[in-house]
Amino acid sequence: MSSGEKYVAAAYGVFVVVVLVWVAILAAKLSRLERETGELAQLARGRPAVGDHADG
Amino acid sequence: MSIAKPSLTALASIAAALVTLSAVLIFVIAPEDADQGFSQKIFYVHVPIALTAYACFGLGAWKAYRVLATRGERYDLESYTGVHLGTIFGVLTLVTGAIWAKASWGVWWTWSSNQLVLFLVLFLFYCAYFMLRFSVEPGPRRERISAVYALFGVALIPVSFFAIRLANDFIHPTVFTREGPQMTGEMFFAFCGSWASITLLAYVMYRVEVAGKRIDANLRELREALQT
Repeated sequence: MSSGEKYVAAAYGVFVVVVLVWVAILAAKLSRLERETGELAQLARGRPAVGDHADG
Repeated sequence: MSIAKPSLTALASIAAALVTLSAVLIFVIAPEDADQGFSQKIFYVHVPIALTAYACFGLGAWKAYRVLATRGERYDLESYTGVHLGTIFGVLTLVTGAIWAKASWGVWWTWSSNQLVLFLVLFLFYCAYFMLRFSVEPGPRRERISAVYALFGVALIPVSFFAIRLANDFIHPTVFTREGPQMTGEMFFAFCGSWASITLLAYVMYRVEVAGKRIDANLRELREALQT
């Protein structure tokens, strides 16, 4: 590999790595959102439904 | 009349196809530069990334203007995302530029090039945006302060862009002159393909980030409502 080719590989490599890091951060965020949504759904299920008081 | 936004899936698919196509254009179709040799291929990633960084900062400023004009909370999130992506592409511009500088000039950085220094000033200006934003409590005050700051920064974009033309910078090359692009047709075609693919990729990233941040904000609101 010539020195020019090494520099080109480095420049394109940096771009690919940054995009991949961005995807990894997003994946982490998505799993956090999934967990939080699950917690909220559980919280909502534990609450009395609207109209429960009126019924009795 | 409102224009329907194209679906994110379609945009991401087109961006992936364009990135692949531009890689073929750059490494197979575009000829090797007679002066710089193979290292000139960095041009096809460095310049589109820099232009995308300008576009992201510009988008952040436009949304900041919308914050001030309409007091719309959603524009604050969009402005922040634009600046955030502009900073990511700014880092990439500086890193790919430094690699190209080392390959062409033998140094990673030179303070004597106005283009380089002005881009660094623009980048640092927007880095300070985050310090300012996160030092203020969330709410309308933070939205207004962030918007004014993002709007001020946009003035640096044309200064940075036209710096080499205004200052006769002999170190940083000027490829696009009044006579047109100083390259062959295949090179220009490869450049346009790369520019389109990186711009579209940035737009996809912008849409994904905005959607993620909106879900985050909605979940926070929902949690507060459920816990009361």
